[in-house]
Amino acid sequence: MTTLPPLSQKKLGLVIDLDTCVGCHACAVNCKEWNTAGTSGPLTDIDPYGADAAGVWFNRIHSFEAGEGEASRTVHFPKSCLHCETPACVTVCPTGASYKRAEDGIVLINPETCIGCKLCSWACPYGAREYDYDGGTMKKCTLCIDRIYNENLEEVDRVPACVATCPASARHFGDLGDPESKVSKLVAERGGYDLMPEMGYRPVNKYLPPRQRQNTSGCTGAGASLPAPEPAADGVLGWLDRILSR
Amino acid sequence: MHPAFSVIFFTVASGAGYGLLFVLALLIGFGLLAPAFWTGFIGFGVSFALITAGLLSSFLHLGRPERAWRAFSQWRSSWLSREGVLAIITYLPAGLLALLFTFFEPSRGILIVLSALSALCAVATVIATGMIYRSLQPIRAWCNGWVVPAYLVLGLASGLLLGNLLVFAAGAQATILVQIASVVALLAAALVKFRYWRFIDTMPAFSTAESATGLGHIGKVRLFEAPHTQENFLNKEMGYRIARKHAAKLRRIALVGGWLVPAGFVLLSLVLPSVLGLFAAILAVALGLAGTLVERWLFFAEAKHAVTLYYGGDKV
Repeated sequence: MTTLPPLSQKKLGLVIDLDTCVGCHACAVNCKEWNTAGTSGPLTDIDPYGADAAGVWFNRIHSFEAGEGEASRTVHFPKSCLHCETPACVTVCPTGASYKRAEDGIVLINPETCIGCKLCSWACPYGAREYDYDGGTMKKCTLCIDRIYNENLEEVDRVPACVATCPASARHFGDLGDPESKVSKLVAERGGYDLMPEMGYRPVNKYLPPRQRQNTSGCTGAGASLPAPEPAADGVLGWLDRILSR
Repeated sequence: MHPAFSVIFFTVASGAGYGLLFVLALLIGFGLLAPAFWTGFIGFGVSFALITAGLLSSFLHLGRPERAWRAFSQWRSSWLSREGVLAIITYLPAGLLALLFTFFEPSRGILIVLSALSALCAVATVIATGMIYRSLQPIRAWCNGWVVPAYLVLGLASGLLLGNLLVFAAGAQATILVQIASVVALLAAALVKFRYWRFIDTMPAFSTAESATGLGHIGKVRLFEAPHTQENFLNKEMGYRIARKHAAKLRRIALVGGWLVPAGFVLLSLVLPSVLGLFAAILAVALGLAGTLVERWLFFAEAKHAVTLYYGGDKV
């Protein structure tokens, strides 16, 4: 059913740290690799080795510049489905193929019943849903539902592929419905925020802002500047100093 | 938004079809159109052909058209599903009305009931079509109060132009009434779309690159590097851009050529002798539908989607 279930207690999602993301695209690559063989696979590529390669990705890494001059920042910005609490992509679906899970809030597409009308992609302001030109259906991030509950994997590996692979630990996975969870505490501590809150979709995924830039050396414990070198008075070094200072 | 021909044709054709159905139902309901084989056969035939061709064209837009029947299931939440359900329901009273009106001589009571139901269903279906667009938050050119009235008035104007041609050819007594109604509807269409265009030109930004990224506290946000080198689905579907000067020209073409000139032709058909009048009525239909096609193309091409903010867009 595309009517939304009552709001779930459990809200599984991602917290993305824009301060530490280095823009390496490893999360997108590992996502593609895992999911192309996963429940929503394949993530078809059209003309992958040609001049106009295109394909389905669940996760894409944008890079933005903000501000001017010395105060400006370059921010790498990974973006995947935000698993919104009130996702219009689900309610506009005419077939019931799109749904939000009552038990953990994950938004999914049933590939067997999707008719590929693309209306859900129109309803999503975040660009989380992509059309598979080959399969004729819509595809989107599953929050690696086939990893996070997969008992064949070691417990440490039961996180989304993007989180498992991030070399900078810029991606965190957990229950954002539980205020005591690690991710919720991280959001509270770092001032995690919603993308486009004005749309009213109430995204579950949160973004952590870049930290204040450290423009002074004080933060390392060193002095504000290096002390001036003291002139060597006598001995061989003093003699050398006098010779070289001439 | 990418102006997909299948969807443009669908909304224009089915809008005109439901408009004609509405006009026929009103004329029959008020006893202004006497049951007659050719009037019924051609009138309802054209209306059903337009509606059905539109619906079939919308199937072409689907990735998996063989599953289209599933789209009737989610009417509780989805306007697209409601549109599908209403379109099917409309065939019942309208089909029965067409059958009885064309081939039999039913009582007034039956005609009135079936006409009222057909007219209601036609209006409801067009409202559902408009609501599909009206309910999309990320597309500000669609998510506003002008969209549903525009769909209604353009469907009505198209239907009246077709109805005008029909009653003119049949020499029915309602001709003058339909002609006046056509002129009023065309002027109303021009006014609604004029106001709509002024609205989308002057509406304040709803979302910005700053609100999309949350980086506004640092300063003005601009795209440094796109996530991919080639265009993806999002760019192709949502990133369509039209030059402002072309849009302005096309707006004038729709406004003048599509609605004002046809209104003139309808007025001409009032005074011209019958053969020339018929010619004017035909021209009015051709121009009116062509103008509405231009309008619908613009409706898509001018609409900016919020996802463009992640691809170098500034505000929507």
